Amino acid sequence: MITEQIVERLKSIMGSEKRILLEKADLVSYSYDGSFGAYIPEIILQPVSTEEVAGIVKLANDMKIPVYPRGRGTSLSGGPLPVHGGMVLDFSRWTQKLIIDPEDTVAIVSPGVITADIDSEAKRHGLMYPPDPSSSHVSTIGGNLAENAGGPRGLKYGVTKDYVLGLEIVTPEGEIIRTGGRTVKNVTGYDLTKLIVGSEGTLGIITEATLQLIPRPQATQTMMVIFGDIIDAGKAISAVLTSGILPSKMEIMDQASIRAVEEFQPIGLPIDVDAIILIELDGHPIAIRDESEQVKQVCLKVGAREAIIARDEESAESLWKARKLVSPAIVRKKPTKISEDATIPRSKIPEMFRRLQEIKAKYEIDLVVFGHAGDGNLHPNIITDKQDKEEMKRVEKAVEEIFSAAIELGGTLSGEHGIGTMKAPFMEMELGEAGLDMMKRMKKAWDPNNIMNPGKIFPETKGQKLVLVHD
Amino acid sequence: MTSQLAYKETFDCVQCGYCLPACPTYATMGKERHSPRGRINLVQMAAEGKITIDEITESMELCLGCRACETACPTNVQYGKILESFKEVKAVETPAPFLENMALQKALPNKKLLAAMRASLRAYQKTGMESFARKSKMLSILPEQLRAFEEIAPAAEMPNKQLRTGILMPESVPKASVAFFTGCIMDVFFAKINDLSIKLLKHAGCEVTVIKEQTCCGALQNHSGDTGTSRKLAKDNIAAFEKGNFDYVVNAIGGCGAMLVEYDRLLADDPEWAERAKVFSQKNKDVSVILNKLGINFSRELKGVVTYQPSCHLLNVQKVAEDPVKLLESISGITYIPLPKGDMCCGSAGIYNIAHYEESMEILDVKMEHVQKILPGTIVTSNPGCHLQMCLGVKREGLEDKIRVVHIIELLAEACGIDHK
Repeated sequence: MITEQIVERLKSIMGSEKRILLEKADLVSYSYDGSFGAYIPEIILQPVSTEEVAGIVKLANDMKIPVYPRGRGTSLSGGPLPVHGGMVLDFSRWTQKLIIDPEDTVAIVSPGVITADIDSEAKRHGLMYPPDPSSSHVSTIGGNLAENAGGPRGLKYGVTKDYVLGLEIVTPEGEIIRTGGRTVKNVTGYDLTKLIVGSEGTLGIITEATLQLIPRPQATQTMMVIFGDIIDAGKAISAVLTSGILPSKMEIMDQASIRAVEEFQPIGLPIDVDAIILIELDGHPIAIRDESEQVKQVCLKVGAREAIIARDEESAESLWKARKLVSPAIVRKKPTKISEDATIPRSKIPEMFRRLQEIKAKYEIDLVVFGHAGDGNLHPNIITDKQDKEEMKRVEKAVEEIFSAAIELGGTLSGEHGIGTMKAPFMEMELGEAGLDMMKRMKKAWDPNNIMNPGKIFPETKGQKLVLVHD
Repeated sequence: MTSQLAYKETFDCVQCGYCLPACPTYATMGKERHSPRGRINLVQMAAEGKITIDEITESMELCLGCRACETACPTNVQYGKILESFKEVKAVETPAPFLENMALQKALPNKKLLAAMRASLRAYQKTGMESFARKSKMLSILPEQLRAFEEIAPAAEMPNKQLRTGILMPESVPKASVAFFTGCIMDVFFAKINDLSIKLLKHAGCEVTVIKEQTCCGALQNHSGDTGTSRKLAKDNIAAFEKGNFDYVVNAIGGCGAMLVEYDRLLADDPEWAERAKVFSQKNKDVSVILNKLGINFSRELKGVVTYQPSCHLLNVQKVAEDPVKLLESISGITYIPLPKGDMCCGSAGIYNIAHYEESMEILDVKMEHVQKILPGTIVTSNPGCHLQMCLGVKREGLEDKIRVVHIIELLAEACGIDHK
């Protein structure tokens, strides 16, 4: 319970009362994110300094009030949902610090900075911040760090955690600590930086980050490869990746998504094919011209029907347009989109496709697959209507089966979206009892009062089920 | 009453948040409830009875209605429809003040009244009362917002009657037959732009007719929840323009054009009018689209740096983005530089800048920061509301000597050697 006394104390902690929101229209506006479920918090605070965060968290820890950190609420796993009420800490207004140090090739950022802004600022110095989740023009870096976000470029460049050198954190007891530093090499003690990145806000709150930047590739080259059989597409992915060339992106669209795009906005995609792979190479312009020809030959050799290499930036853009149109195209039929990100080892892509088709038929659901094929991070998307309760029950079962299939094939529940609320029930299936218990012990050591983002990652009861529809 | 809210449409929102960077009020106010995603959720909650109309009113009324969120939306949420449904419900629950209703329902569609307004405004401006009033601070009794606009109000001019009688024929074989939509307020304050538009259309090879029976487009009424009046005006206009067999109905007002192209949606549930509305909507084009399509001959070289502030309703509702830019780029002698974040609303938004003056000025200040980055000699607009707001922005920054604000038609006419008189 947030009493008037607590609100008074918060007023003395926050630099401005304008950043304390208590009206009902505000409370309901921070009850959701990009995933499922809505939970109404008791108060929203919009901190813009480490001192404010430390003060808030100390108070919350004393009074045992749940604290839910939130960026811009684009999470697809329920990361910022205030499932036990309490306080939402909205970091979207803390955008003030974005410093590029070209000599150390690092960026120092406050948690509310928009991810894409870091890369565009780095670009002015000939540098790049590689992680590129598709929401990067909206999402905050704080949210990306908490969820360890990925993106298409993950294939070549890895994910958020691969670019974090140091952090400033407010611990669940309200202490301010620094982890790592601003050097690539740093083996002093436990690597708390990597522990915090991807901990989904359950171990502390990130108040500043030092990020590694890399030299920006001079050019990119896009191509589209068309397959009559999705199994061949799977083979082509492996063949390309073992040919000595590492593309920066490899994105797949299955037949259902190709057809949906063509029905929505005919852009001339062949609809009698089984799959399309979009490939982007980056590097020196002469090198990638040569490499794109090699990739084309490799794909044709394993049965690709056609490989189109973009002539210029404009034609590259029109090839990527197909991928961008998938989302609006698939939700035309039904409004609700459940985007999963179960990830499997590359070699299992054809098998995973087969299993997804089985699941689709078994539960009679609309399922399309489009995603980051190169790294096995397929995005099976279920298209449904959350107002249709009967169908949603089937969807819940289908989602469970997708998770089981991924784990059986040696994969993981989540490649880049995080566990949050939706996948918590499946944690033991992947980690085993002892594995999950070690994580719980870490949580307990850091956050003895369980105030930091409670209700996430760990199932709260034994045998907890996935629930998409709340009555 | 909340059953009238566009509840079903709110479910098209997947809450991805991609609209947040496009929303001017989210940027300046910094709260989720002032974002499109927030507002859609509020309407959904209100429809479910979880929050009252009163509790969501502030958030909804502070929306500019610029609809940039629709352009950004990856799932094609019909935000305009959701917003309008709120306005309708609100208008029934709390009717607008009598004077506002009078103005919207009676004054705007009334040509004689508008002519009288224009005449008295001209008299006021001509007799020197204007400068006397300004100098003597007589106007300081007006609230700040009205004073701000009084100072930048353009001189009211009489529309050129010759251009509006009979059919105006081009010099060569007509390439298209066009009916010109004048708009109501436009013909009071910006008759000159209408005149120049007609001349340019003729210059581009159009046969131009100005239909007498046309009336106000109904946009402002629609924005304030009075869809009844809008529907009536829509029918009047459709019937008026059905009198001739025109290829296009052309206007030079981004905001009105947006209403005209949405008559089909406005009358979708009216079996007698739905099909007629559809035909009419499809014929409606912004003047820049027709001029770019048919081509115009420039005869004068202009100079300086020119930028363009699109009208939100031209961009996000009529989906006209490239035509004005292509026209500007083709004028010889000028350097066209895109305005950074040009697709963000300037804060004018119908009568928003008067109704919500402070919020509007915060949005305008952000806009002017971007203008300052490129310091153009000319800002081009495509809608009278944006035009006045940009004039105000230039004035607030003390840049009147450095930057002029013109409607795209004025600049094109200048480059084509077409004079007003």
